[in-house]
Amino acid sequence: MNVIDWVLIIPVAGALGLALLPNARLGAWLNILVSATGLAASIWLALTVLNNGTIAGELFYVDAFNVYLVVLTSLVSMTTSIFSRPYMAHELEIHKVTHLRLRLYHASFQGFMFTMLLALTTNNLGVLWIALEGATLATVLLVSLYRTRESIEAAWKYFILCGVGIAQALFGTVLLYFAASRVVPDPDQALQWSVLYQHAGQLEPVIVGLAFVFLLVGYGTKIGLVPLHNWLPDAHSEGPTPMSAVLSGLLLNVALYAVVRVKMIVDGALIDGNPHNPQLAGFIMMAFGLLSFIIAGLFLHRQRDIKRLFSYSSIEHMGLMTFAFGLGGPLATFGALLHMTVHSLTKSAIFMTVGHASQIAGTQQIDRIRGLILTQPTVGWGLLIGSIAIAGFPPFGVFTSEFLLLTATMKSWPWLTMPLLMGLAIAFAGLFRHLHPMVFGQIPEGQRAIAVNPFPLLLHLTLVLWLGLSVPAFLANWFDEATRLISGANLL
Amino acid sequence: METYAELPLLQQAIQTLAALVLVSSFALLAQSRVIATIQIFAWQGLLLAVITTLIAWETGLTHLYISAALTLVLKAFFVPWLLIRQARKLGILRDFDAIIRPGITLMAAGSLVIFCYNVVLPIQRFAQSITRDAIAVSLALVMIGMLMLITRRKAITQVVAFMSLENGLFFAAISATQGMPMVVELGVAFDVLIAAVIFGIFFFHIRDSIESLDVDQLNRLAETDE
Repeated sequence: MNVIDWVLIIPVAGALGLALLPNARLGAWLNILVSATGLAASIWLALTVLNNGTIAGELFYVDAFNVYLVVLTSLVSMTTSIFSRPYMAHELEIHKVTHLRLRLYHASFQGFMFTMLLALTTNNLGVLWIALEGATLATVLLVSLYRTRESIEAAWKYFILCGVGIAQALFGTVLLYFAASRVVPDPDQALQWSVLYQHAGQLEPVIVGLAFVFLLVGYGTKIGLVPLHNWLPDAHSEGPTPMSAVLSGLLLNVALYAVVRVKMIVDGALIDGNPHNPQLAGFIMMAFGLLSFIIAGLFLHRQRDIKRLFSYSSIEHMGLMTFAFGLGGPLATFGALLHMTVHSLTKSAIFMTVGHASQIAGTQQIDRIRGLILTQPTVGWGLLIGSIAIAGFPPFGVFTSEFLLLTATMKSWPWLTMPLLMGLAIAFAGLFRHLHPMVFGQIPEGQRAIAVNPFPLLLHLTLVLWLGLSVPAFLANWFDEATRLISGANLL
Repeated sequence: METYAELPLLQQAIQTLAALVLVSSFALLAQSRVIATIQIFAWQGLLLAVITTLIAWETGLTHLYISAALTLVLKAFFVPWLLIRQARKLGILRDFDAIIRPGITLMAAGSLVIFCYNVVLPIQRFAQSITRDAIAVSLALVMIGMLMLITRRKAITQVVAFMSLENGLFFAAISATQGMPMVVELGVAFDVLIAAVIFGIFFFHIRDSIESLDVDQLNRLAETDE
């Protein structure tokens, strides 16, 4: 069997097994085992691609761009499953979930991983859509796992808004297929990304331009671009924290990946500038990205729920990445790829500490979370260091990627660096005005430490620190290869 | 451009049925009784299945017959049956879902149709005559589905709106491009099936938490908490 098959079969088998396994505590261990096996398969796939080059088939297309996202997805899946074991055990202890719901949780977790990996590896734009819609379906019952009134509301919003949003993307896909069927004779090939990319220059620019607008609105809902972001903070804040970690760290990345893949085709179709500006796709992405970046930064200031706070931070960073991919060019693309990685690692680490912090305090209200460092240094320092990293301080990786993005902006759109810098400052202030009283200060009466596994947190923050100090050569080459595929030129 | 009367009979039939689908979409928008809404939705599914069969006959593409069968089973029978069953269990089958300002809503829908014709005007000239209007109609179905979604209060009618929006997408696929590749169509149908089942589970969760299905009572989460 093929290595890609293994990457996809492992989570499916895991989901089925976990759905059938009645013992939830055993399920948590099995979940870790499945995720670890999945990571091994992903690394195997990455090595295959690194050694033999792009795998291009009828069903799957794996190049340097998506294979690094496959590894990242599997890595975050594995660390989150490790984090989730003590976390969900605590939730079981305080009767927030039952054994049955925990079973649903584990099965859906692996189901979600399957949809992510399928979306990343498929060669068919239709299947990509199906996988992203499947991701909503796999996670919607997890958002409402606690069955509180708020969580039901969040899940309903998530379901309806993402469903309607992503419907626009299917319409865009149909339009793209419509354009392709005039060029590609075999209808079964007309939705294959590799075929479309090859024939991009012959596609009718009028249709492709319209298709891109629908596709961006559709997948943009999943990225959480303002003004399509309403579902995101609700779904992140009301669901179980491991879910928030994978939604922020993985789902948003994969949705952005879908947009970038489509943009590569659209850029090829609009290249001669008639009747649309050849940078049409880039301009729309820049506008949406910049708007999300600034608005989300402002919203950070007015949050009272710790998980909502960090979900707005995710919107902000996704906005920045969308802006960067829209900017195009090797430097911005390289920066955006690096930012995808470091944001994913940092944000999932933050959500892990946030989950523990709210378990310690017994609430997600920022006003009532106090004295974390004194109560439990791992959680307190973890949250502080994670937030420093996400705010873009050196020596962490987020600083490196944001610095690259600012440089790229300075080169091509100098006056746009002002709003970017302002946005960074606003976001920084928004995070730290809430953070400071939470981590420092006195312990409230009766607050005690809880069971925590510090390994995933340490691993993520170490990786982010490492990427900030020096990007290892093989990874830099890897990013560089992806940059060449996306922007057409190497950076290094 | 050929006029309607010059087209072969089969194509005339397709165009008439497409117009009927659009009419059914307006009917959905204006209907306030829960049971009637679900029934109109079933009729819409049936119309789509018939159109798909006619297009399959016209073009000789056998895989479209499979799509037609899928639509018939899923959209005309399974989903309506499931919705009616759930509504009966929840005791809301005979309820009314008051529509906010029906006159303005319908006029808005009318302008949406004109808007959709305008949006697709530049790409219509690339389509074959049989499907020229169909792209505009399918986009209008999507837009009216969205309009219905925001003017309804009950979870169950919102689901009907969501599913009729999905109908618009399906219609776009069969009319503009003679159907998507089989793997995509099966995948989309599978997603719709799962979505219908999850929606069914959700009705009971919503009722357990707010003791009704009026989702405008779900209003606790806001952008800012001040």
